[in-house]
Formats: sequence, C-alpha cells, structure tokens
Amino acid sequence: MILPLLLLPFCAGLLAFIVREDRLRRGLLVWTSRMHFFFTALQVWGQLSGIHGFTPLQALQGGAAPAWFAFDALGLLFLGITSLLFLGASHYASYYLAAEKRDPGEDAEGLFVFNNAPEAVFTGCLLLFLAAMTAVTASRHMGLLWAAVEATTLLSAPLIYFHRHKRSLEATWKYLLICSVGIALALMGNMFLGAAGLKAGGGLELGGLLAGAGGLDKPLLKAAFLFLFVGYGTKMGLSPFHTWLPDAHSEAPAVVSALLSGALLNCAFLGILRVNSVCAAAGLADFTGGILALFGLFSVVTAALFMLGQRDYKRMLAYSSIEHMGILSLGAGLGGAAMFGALLGALSHSLAKAGLFFTSGNVLAAEKTKRISEVRGLWRRAPRTAALWLAGFFLITGLPPSGVFLSKFLILRETFERGQYWLAGTLLFFLAVLFAGMAKVFISMVFGPREEKEGGKPFTEPGAMLLPALLFFLLVIGLGLYLPAWLGGLLDAAAGGGL
Amino acid sequence: MHTFAELMIVLIILLDMALAVTGSLSSCIRLVAAQGVVAGLLPLLAAGGATHTRALVFAAVIITLKGVVFPWLLLRARDRSGARKDVEPLISYPASILLCLGAFIASSWLGSRLPLPESGVAWTVPASLATIFTGFLLITTRSKAITQVLGYLVIENGIYIFGLALFVEQPMLVELAILLDVFVAVFVMGIAIFHISREFDHIDTAELSELNDWRRGEYGK
Repeated sequence: MILPLLLLPFCAGLLAFIVREDRLRRGLLVWTSRMHFFFTALQVWGQLSGIHGFTPLQALQGGAAPAWFAFDALGLLFLGITSLLFLGASHYASYYLAAEKRDPGEDAEGLFVFNNAPEAVFTGCLLLFLAAMTAVTASRHMGLLWAAVEATTLLSAPLIYFHRHKRSLEATWKYLLICSVGIALALMGNMFLGAAGLKAGGGLELGGLLAGAGGLDKPLLKAAFLFLFVGYGTKMGLSPFHTWLPDAHSEAPAVVSALLSGALLNCAFLGILRVNSVCAAAGLADFTGGILALFGLFSVVTAALFMLGQRDYKRMLAYSSIEHMGILSLGAGLGGAAMFGALLGALSHSLAKAGLFFTSGNVLAAEKTKRISEVRGLWRRAPRTAALWLAGFFLITGLPPSGVFLSKFLILRETFERGQYWLAGTLLFFLAVLFAGMAKVFISMVFGPREEKEGGKPFTEPGAMLLPALLFFLLVIGLGLYLPAWLGGLLDAAAGGGL
Repeated sequence: MHTFAELMIVLIILLDMALAVTGSLSSCIRLVAAQGVVAGLLPLLAAGGATHTRALVFAAVIITLKGVVFPWLLLRARDRSGARKDVEPLISYPASILLCLGAFIASSWLGSRLPLPESGVAWTVPASLATIFTGFLLITTRSKAITQVLGYLVIENGIYIFGLALFVEQPMLVELAILLDVFVAVFVMGIAIFHISREFDHIDTAELSELNDWRRGEYGK
C-alpha cells in the first residue's frame, strides 16, 4: 500500500498543473486528499491488526528486511497526522481559492490588491508537497529521508509566495535559503553517519543502523547527531535556528501556514527522532537527550519572550509553534513517558494549530488586517469565527480537557519524577508567561470595544471554511478525554521504537 | 594517479581563495562552476584506473549539472535582473581572503584531529571543510541574492568532497535524488531572484528586511 500512497498525490500534483478548469482542479485536490486519507487509514488499520499483505510493526524493529520505504510505528503516526491535516486543509483550500478568485485579498498596509499566483501552480505544489511529506514518513533510509525533507522545502516555497507581494517574497527567500543551508548541514550529518558505520559495514539504511548500532564509531556518531540536529532543527523551527519561521507563517496563506506548522515541522521532527533512535541504540541516549532537552527549553523561552508585545496575530501563532516544537524536543530528550507525551503533543498540536490557522484566515477575511491592535470586538462582526478563535486559544495553551494538556502534563510529570525540579520550574514559569501573553491578545481581539469602520460591509462567515477547524478542535478535546486503545498502542510502539 | 587527484584538491583550495577575492559576478559564477566540475572529476581520479560505469555515469551527470546547467541558469538570472556586475561585499576583499586563509588553517588542524578513516588522497578533508566555510562566507558577507545561491552551491561542493573523503557510498538512487534536489533548489532560487528583481528593482538582500519583530516602523505602528 506504500506505492499508491506515494504515487497518488504525485500524479495528481502533476495533473493539477495541466487541468484548466478551476472547479475540476479543486475537485481533484479534495478527492486526492480523501483517497490519500482512505489509503492511510487502510495502512494504519492493516498494520495494526496485522492482516495479510501488510507488514506487521514488529517485523521492522529487528532490522530483518532492509527496505527503503516501509512504515514503522513512528512513520505511521506521522503519516496519519499529515494525511488528516491535509484532508482538512484541502477542503478549506478549495473554498479559500474560490473566495480569493472572487475577491482577491486586500492588503491593509499597502492598499494593494494581491496579485495571486496561478491557482494551477498552487494546487500542483500543494499536492506534490503532500507526496514529499508522505515520502518523509515512509523513508527508512537516511539518505532518502534527507532528499524527501529537502523536497518539502522546495515544493512549499511557491506556496508561501502565493500572494505575489513584496513581504511574501521576502519570507519565501528567507525560508528557501535558511532551510536549504540548514538541510545541507544535515547532509553533512548523513556523511558522518555513514562514516561511523564504515567499520560495522552498515549503510544508511535505518534497520541496519539500528541492528548494528553497537559497532558504530562513537565520536563520529556524535558529530553526525549534531549536524543532523542542527539541520533538521532548522527546519523544525527550534530556537535559535527558527528565524525563518515567523516570517513564512505570517506571510503564507492561512491554509499553507496550517500545513507548514502542523505537518512540515513534524516531518523535520521525525528526522531528528530517527537519528536519535540510532544514537540511543548505540548507548548515547544521555548525550542526545541532553541536547534535545536544552534546545527544547531554549525554544520555549524564546517563544515566550517574543510572544510579549507581539503585534501580528499570525506571527503570534508562529511563535506558539516554536514553543510547541520546543516542548516536543524536550519530551523526546527526557524519554520514557515524556516521549509518549511528546508524540501525543505532536498529534494534538498539529490539529489545534491547524484549526487556529484556518480560523486566522477567516479573521483576516473579516477584518482585512493582521495587526492585533486593529482587531477589536471580533464577536460582533463574526461571532462563529470569534468563538472558534477563543476555543483554539484554550486548546493550544493547554487548558484541560485537551490532548495538548495531556501531553504537557505527561512531560512535566516526567521531569518531576526524574527530580529535575529546576527544569520543571523553568518550563512552568515560561508556559505561564506564554499563557498570559496569548490571553491578552485573544481576549482583546475577541471582546475589546469595536469601532465600526466607515463603509464597512457586513461580513458573512462561510460555514464551510469554519468546519475543518471545528472538527479538528473537537478531535483535540476528544484526545484529552479518551484515548482509543489502538491509538494508545500506536503511540506506545512509536515511543518505544523512537526512544 | 593519486598525485593528479592531489593536484585537483589543491585546485579546489585555490578556487576557494579565488572566490573570496573575485569581484565580478560572472567570474564568480564561472569559478563555482569550475569547482563543481573539479569535484565531479575527483572520484574518477581517486579510484585510479579501475572505474565502474556507475561512477562514470554519475560523474557525467554531476559535471553537466554543475558545469553547464547551473552557470547557465545563474547567468540568465543575472542578466534578467539587470544587477550591477560586481558582488558588492559587505567586508573588504583583504578581510575576505584572510578569513578564507584562517578557515583553511583551522580546517587543516581539524582534519588532522578528526578520527576519520584514512583517505588515499591527502588533504581531502581540510579542502572540503575550507570549501564549506567559503560557502558560508559568500552567503553572509555578500549582499546579493545571487551570491547567496552561489554560496549554497559552494557548500554543496564542499559536502560532496567531504563524502568522497569519508568513502560514504550511497546507493545510486539516493545520490540522484540528492542531485535532483540541488538542481530544483537552484532552479527555484533562480525564479525567486527573478521575482525579487522585478518587485524591488534590484537583488540586494539588505532590502529584504521588512519582516521582523522589533522594528516600530510603518509596519508595526
């Protein structure tokens, strides 16, 4: 089932470039995402219940059959996240593209009508982007993983540049250059990894690396981890390599921001987890765990500092993504139950943040500005959007019941159990700062006193563009209340394999 | 044959130095192309007489890409953008070459300390590290978007040589995927440069500074 998962979005992406009819192309986007989700569900179900024709999860752990493309528990989890997000995003995008066609967005600063990129290019890149992300989750070869991650960068760059505008161009350039150079360092890491295994005779195939981890050259493996961590960490948005992230997230269309934040950052995280598992198998867990935890905590601190005094609500969401990536890295660094929490956090953060970005697109459509100070009393103009906006705030900051809360709680509990009170204290303090900073923004935007602009047209909220966010939020709440046994099992297996 | 490969390594280092002091944009593009070609030839020379078809095909692909396609794309981007013909460095040329020399000395020291497998060709590791550093130098101290792409390519050359020094054999498919990525990267960056020159009337990246968190200018009032 791996081949259809890879080929379907790839072929559909190529097809989207030549389809001339707008409605047909949007249909193609939506149906490809539905088929992809269907295949993904089939893959998850097939592998978990071990039915004929699917590789059961245990088969890959031993490193018996070297395969370049195969799904282990970790890959399967991230594939599920990506596919689910893309399902929501494609539905949102088809309405978004139609709305942009009727009424190209107006830029509040420049009074400048967006001159949007051709829709065919946008849709084609969106689908190819999905194909590349699927390849990332399926790769069992570190070289292929690298190539797939770089491909995601290149395919998402045109998406960020959808509004043909100076600022989006600037964001695209920074994204392209910083991420490409970062990923080049990861390639260097791959070289070190290959050199570390020269004596043991392993290539860069993950199963072989894990099986022969004991024979890897330790100093070279450490160098490999550092380079791969910096490379994929740049892509993941860990501070201090995060500088491209707020720009790209704030300038891209809402649906692209949602995919970048929810799916792409996770793919980079997967790259780090892969090399981390090799290092852990070689007995370097203390070394890698320390680095992951340190940079994770530093990202949370950076996000908290930049959150205060933030003026642009999409940038604010971007910094919140940096915070969550920091928490994921921290959880992965601690290991054990915190690793489980980190993976649960990856899932729930993706859903909650994608929902928030979808809603931010509606806020932008209603208010025509990204400045926080100019959005007041949103609930009067767009009550349903405002309700979702507020709900998203409660979920993303980790108020119970939600999957985000559960993941943060698990990670914090692990720090207490290890007796690392200073770490727990710092984390709690900066989470509180983040909560306060975001609360100020969200509450003033939703409730503050509204000044009606002259000649303001009444705004009708498109229900179809609210639905994906609503469904994602409900799923996040559901995750906090009840974790189905199969999902718990999958997370457990992923946490064990990626330890 | 090894002496010839070592000569090539010396050539790589000399090209790094030349890149640090060259002022003309088109010469820079040609120097990077030359370095790519030399790097592509290295595995053939290092292997001595016994070369496989696989190595030959691969070297041919690399040389065509780095020696012909990339310079053509970049020269086109330069002409289209109507940019000035020099690289406009942010630091002086003597400072550039001093940094480059310093990097070479540091890489020689580092290369002798790294616990790497013994390479048949001397100086490969220092040369690759120095090349990577030169790439970073080009990215950080030159103000044009096009020189940043050149820097990226130089880093890529350096990493390629580094891989040769370490004997990391990747499967053909992976090597080709990596090359494809580099190709698409240069292609997409070329398009981006074209758009930047159209929007801003120049390709000076210093002007790409409207997006940040602290400026209280017109954007953040």
